[in-house]
Amino acid sequence: MADILVFAETRAGALRGVAREATSTGSRIAAESGAGVHALVIGGPGVAQAAASLAEHGAERIFVAEGAELAQYSPDAAVRTVAKLHGQHDYAAILFPASAQGKDLAPRVAARLGRALATEVTAISTENGELVVERPMYAGKAYGRFRFKGSPALVSLRPNVFPVEQRPAAGALEPVSVPAGEERICVTEIEASERAALDVREADVVVAGGRGLQSAENWSVLEDLVESLGDEATLGASRAVVDAGWRPHGEQVGQTGKVVSPSLYFAVGISGAIQHLAGMRTAKVIVAINRDREAPIFNVADYGIVGDALEIVPRLAEEVRAARAARG
Amino acid sequence: MQSIVCVKRVPDSETRVRIAPSGDSLDASGVKYVLNPYDEYAIEEALQRKEQAGEGSVTVMTVGSEKSAETLRSAIALGADEAVLLQAEESNDGLVVAHALAEEIRGRPFDLLLFGKQAIDDDNMQVPQMVAELLELPCVTVVVDLSIEGSRATARREVEGGHEVVEFSLPAVISAQKGLNTPRRPNLKGIMAAKKKPLEQKAVDLPASGLELVALSEPPPRPAARIVGEGPDAVSELVRLLQQEAKVL
Ligand SMILES: Cc1cc2nc3c(=O)[nH]c(=O)nc-3n(C[C@H](O)[C@H](O)[C@H](O)COP(=O)(O)OP(=O)(O)OC[C@H]3O[C@@H](n4cnc5c(N)ncnc54)[C@H](O)[C@@H]3O)c2cc1C
Ligand SMILES: Nc1ncnc2c1ncn2[C@@H]1O[C@H](COP(=O)(O)O)[C@@H](O)[C@H]1O
Repeated sequence: MADILVFAETRAGALRGVAREATSTGSRIAAESGAGVHALVIGGPGVAQAAASLAEHGAERIFVAEGAELAQYSPDAAVRTVAKLHGQHDYAAILFPASAQGKDLAPRVAARLGRALATEVTAISTENGELVVERPMYAGKAYGRFRFKGSPALVSLRPNVFPVEQRPAAGALEPVSVPAGEERICVTEIEASERAALDVREADVVVAGGRGLQSAENWSVLEDLVESLGDEATLGASRAVVDAGWRPHGEQVGQTGKVVSPSLYFAVGISGAIQHLAGMRTAKVIVAINRDREAPIFNVADYGIVGDALEIVPRLAEEVRAARAARG
Repeated sequence: MQSIVCVKRVPDSETRVRIAPSGDSLDASGVKYVLNPYDEYAIEEALQRKEQAGEGSVTVMTVGSEKSAETLRSAIALGADEAVLLQAEESNDGLVVAHALAEEIRGRPFDLLLFGKQAIDDDNMQVPQMVAELLELPCVTVVVDLSIEGSRATARREVEGGHEVVEFSLPAVISAQKGLNTPRRPNLKGIMAAKKKPLEQKAVDLPASGLELVALSEPPPRPAARIVGEGPDAVSELVRLLQQEAKVL
């Protein structure tokens, strides 16, 4: 098998966690057939510094396109750069993060190279030298197993699913120029949401609330639980509370919201409608807190407490704080 | 303002998915099919743009089986002027579908080429960007806000932790996210009028796919929850389990 290229996404000059996940995964697969993994990092001045750490996760060559005009995402520039590298190295596969940027970019590259793409892949392996992937479909109600015919195989990897591994490699930094061409769109600004919080897709712990919380004001108890759980925790919401205007759409988990796979998911006052489950059933551990013992959320949760969320959650925050403090 | 909207017929989100005995497709019996929910936002945007401009047209287009005619009719009932059904076998490969759409769209005049951000069956999020690349057009995905002045446009797209503001010129490709607008519901007048509007139907050949579906399977089942207890008194035991058994605290 030929080498693998990873599109290692950066944001505001820093590598995204999923860039490390993708590089580790690419390195693991490439190693099975004696091939290597290359990484491409595009960003504003100084991005090379962040890029260098990809060597820890297995990148043998790290191509860096750095420049003031590259500080914001430019899909056309990225497509041209990936296409140029592929022209030089004839990759077996190109891996993207299934992030907002990666999912915007990967199909453009696929169309440019005339190759098929598998989106939001959750498992990847090689069989007889061919790449085989698994991906959720029908909002996670089914999994499709696909085999790529021909190369490069284009894949976007779901964040938070693949482990970050220490796989030290040479990882020499090599500058790469962006081929000249037209930028058809221009990102002029990034508006951060009011709470500059961790996005629900990237958090390791999600505390999601539903209509059972009864009012927008009661979110203070969930916010306190999030705080007790540390920096890796953030809020999520059911559609019912987003539609009610209690929470912003960016927090919605489910079929028409975001799909999350955190280590720990708290569903508080959420009934567990099929469209909500579509967004969180791959969480590693699910805790449900609901007044109704028959609520369908208990069918997918690992642990449940039956009762009034407004009584249970404050106590939970208190005990989590105590437990985390005791652990040090 | 002239718009083309690409739409797809998909199983309703309430559908309990059952895998067909062949192991590589959905058991279609008893499944209710609907217009892909995100495509409703795309159609609404096209209708509103035409209404605001006081002139123009809205063409809806799909690649699918004969059954997709029903989906196109429902789009016409909302107010679209004409529909095109590119008859072909279903494909999970976005690029195959994108080629068929791009082929048909090339040479047609339009200002906006609208899509939903994602089809809720294959969940690919591919076709809009691929069509844009094939037609060499500006493309903004997952759009929640669109403003147009003359031939210049600004869109806000959803990204992790906020929004990107993007500028571009028309004609352009937009993929619609929930929040872009509030889709209208069909009314009787529209449904009656739909019968008289043109629905062009033609068979197309799809290119070979670079992806082979080996198998479709149900997600691994999750056993039902262990109910730790009732009320605040159960919290201590829950925290202990999360720490010592699940090891996630
Ligand atoms: C096309 C489509 C797409 C959709 N997409 C999504 C999606 O992306 N995400 C999503 O979440 N939904 C989605 N839905 C909506 C979904 O069907 C449900 O309506 C929604 O998830 C319900 O939200 P909920 O659980 O907060 O509210 P409810 O279903 O009203 O549940 C509230 C729960 O709170 C419990 N409760 C009440 N009081 C208390 C209390 N004091 N303490 C503890 N528990 C209490 C109740 O027992 C109940 O189980 C979609 C629907 C459709 C048709
Ligand atoms: N077969 C199809 N025919 C027409 N439009 C499609 C088709 N498949 C997908 N689309 C469009 O592309 C969007 C994204 O679909 P997908 O890339 O399959 O997730 C959908 O919301 C539709 O607007």
